[in-house]
Amino acid sequence: MTRTPLRPLVRILQARAKGENPDGIERENLRLRNESTRDRARTRAQLRLLMLSAGFMAAFSTIGVQMGSLAASVPVEPRRAGAGAEVSATRADILDRNGRVLATNMLTHALYAHPRDMTDPAGTAEKLSLIFPEMKAPDLTRRFTDGRSFLWLRRVLSPEQMQAVHDIGDPGLLFGPREMRLYPNGTLAAHVLGGAAFGDESVRSAEVIGTAGIELALDARLRDPALATTPLTLSIDLTVQAAMEEILAAGMAMMNARGAAGILMDVRTGEVVALASYPTFDPNDRPNPVLPKDAEPGDSPLFNRAVQGVYELGSTFKIFAVAQAMDLGLVGPETMVDANAPMQWGKHQIKEWDNHNYGPLLSVSDVIAKSSNVATARIALMFGGEKQQTFLRALGLLDPSPIELAEAPKVKPLVPPRWPEIVTITASYGHGISSSPMNLAAAYATIANGGLKVTPSLLRGGAGKPAERVISEQTADAAVAMLRRVVTEGTASLGEVPGYAVAGKTGTAEKTRRGGGYYSDKVINTFAAVFPADDPAYVLIVTLDEPVETTGPKPRRTAGWTAVPVAAEIIRRTAPLLGLRPQIELGPRDGVTAVKQ
Amino acid sequence: MRPVLYILSFAAVMALAFWAYRENYATQQALRDRDALESRIDTLQDALAIQRAEWAYLNRPDRLRELVTLNFDRLGLLPLEPDQLGSTAEVAYPAPPALAIADPEIVNPVDVIGDQESLP
Repeated sequence: MTRTPLRPLVRILQARAKGENPDGIERENLRLRNESTRDRARTRAQLRLLMLSAGFMAAFSTIGVQMGSLAASVPVEPRRAGAGAEVSATRADILDRNGRVLATNMLTHALYAHPRDMTDPAGTAEKLSLIFPEMKAPDLTRRFTDGRSFLWLRRVLSPEQMQAVHDIGDPGLLFGPREMRLYPNGTLAAHVLGGAAFGDESVRSAEVIGTAGIELALDARLRDPALATTPLTLSIDLTVQAAMEEILAAGMAMMNARGAAGILMDVRTGEVVALASYPTFDPNDRPNPVLPKDAEPGDSPLFNRAVQGVYELGSTFKIFAVAQAMDLGLVGPETMVDANAPMQWGKHQIKEWDNHNYGPLLSVSDVIAKSSNVATARIALMFGGEKQQTFLRALGLLDPSPIELAEAPKVKPLVPPRWPEIVTITASYGHGISSSPMNLAAAYATIANGGLKVTPSLLRGGAGKPAERVISEQTADAAVAMLRRVVTEGTASLGEVPGYAVAGKTGTAEKTRRGGGYYSDKVINTFAAVFPADDPAYVLIVTLDEPVETTGPKPRRTAGWTAVPVAAEIIRRTAPLLGLRPQIELGPRDGVTAVKQ
Repeated sequence: MRPVLYILSFAAVMALAFWAYRENYATQQALRDRDALESRIDTLQDALAIQRAEWAYLNRPDRLRELVTLNFDRLGLLPLEPDQLGSTAEVAYPAPPALAIADPEIVNPVDVIGDQESLP
């Protein structure tokens, strides 16, 4: 900006020449300068005001437009994003290995009341009590009239009941949709499935949560909205499960047993094909039994004997001691061991069943066939307690079973805190340590699987864990051959099923008294079977609680007379269903087949 | 020139407005259709779930066992037994065709001989 001088010399000189006052020129110039400064300041202020008002204009018009559009537009419900499959099925179905339904959802309605909207509370209460026997009219009338505005009446309604309530026609009675968990097969596989109940409830919907069994163990998977339309496929085979439950129930009645459990497991994958426990219950209507004071936990129908029942499993453990000794190279199947009974160890005396004496010497193979306590104890003492513990732990017998049931992780096998030699001795024939039938099944499956560790699983395809070797394949084969001899010439002779070469080991353990010590007339009988022996495919564990076989002159309580025939019948019925072909010895060849071969 | 341009652009604006108006209503109709279809799909899926549950309930092993027992005289169904499985070697060859002489209708021995000669 060029600054104009206040007293330009030319004009001053001209003014002086004319005799005017040059100060007038200076004032004139000063005035002009002040005016231009004032004009610039005003323009700037105007611009600022303009921008400010534009800002306010924009802000207020945004609010105004939004208010206008809200007031003018039609209110629309927010739309659902994707297609609506997951909304109808909030909990995934459970299927058996062949795709048959074990658990599904059904849409029903819950009944609730708004008593303040009721036209005739007393009459409505009267009519409701006619439909639902558990509702009492005076009680309902009192609750309808005490001033509350909301009241749940029933969690689920059948369609007929819903229609009947509709027909009452009272505006204060309302229905809320409910997804109900349904187990169409009733008591079948009840202990596997467990049950479900309503969690948080609202008028519009209620969440269904698992309360036991696989419903609780895999609750997060079943409730995952992303997987709601993908059913959970179990390893259970419905047909085999039904056959096993039928025979187990019949066997339990015939042997006068207090309870029974059965597990059928695939030895290659660890898949549990059937799992049953008696007494049982209906998961659709899960009971809440109150047991008498002196009852055992197993008397509750909810108790899963196959997983929760921690028992001393008796002689079924003998094969573990023998297999370990063979694996360590200490003995072979034909090695003779000292079996002279009774055996004195400190102040303890180890006896055989019924005070037999199989000694003085017995081959290892006969130790298993005849089920000698003394000889097994001698074998276990060869390698000692520390190695025994490691081996039993490797077989999974000392830890909770990893199976996918909510009850399993809480059940810890009972193991003595210290492991002196007397524990080594008793543990070798299955006393003094307690484990569950599920652990026993996994251990036998490990032996039947050529010594590769088997992890039990209820999911189709198995747990999918890499198998680690526990014993060598030769040892495993020799152990199965010994188990086969138990059936052909040993204590489980009733277990022979023509065509299926059953191998197995019986176990009879006296039940422990609550106060300590053992009952003499109450036993747990177990039969752990592997079939077919030449190429093991399945392991079957049958456990009977307090069985007694009474067809003979005196009651018989050993497993060979009780659990073994039940197991044999289960194998006879289920093996064809599992697709195993019997190796039937053909009759004398006729001319045609003789020529053909 | 300029008035023509004005008229053309005005016509274009009107055409676009008309198109947008129609698109708006078509979209709203499509949304309504989708909602109706979705609610129908939901209803059908619920119905399907019920049918599946019902099918599983009607085919539960307990009930099938009872039905088999009730209808035993008509069906004669028994549980699968191991001896029902066999090998192909056990399947008998078909019976050889009956000799023509066994047929009582043939009375003339000449026919019989002729028939036998013609067999391969």
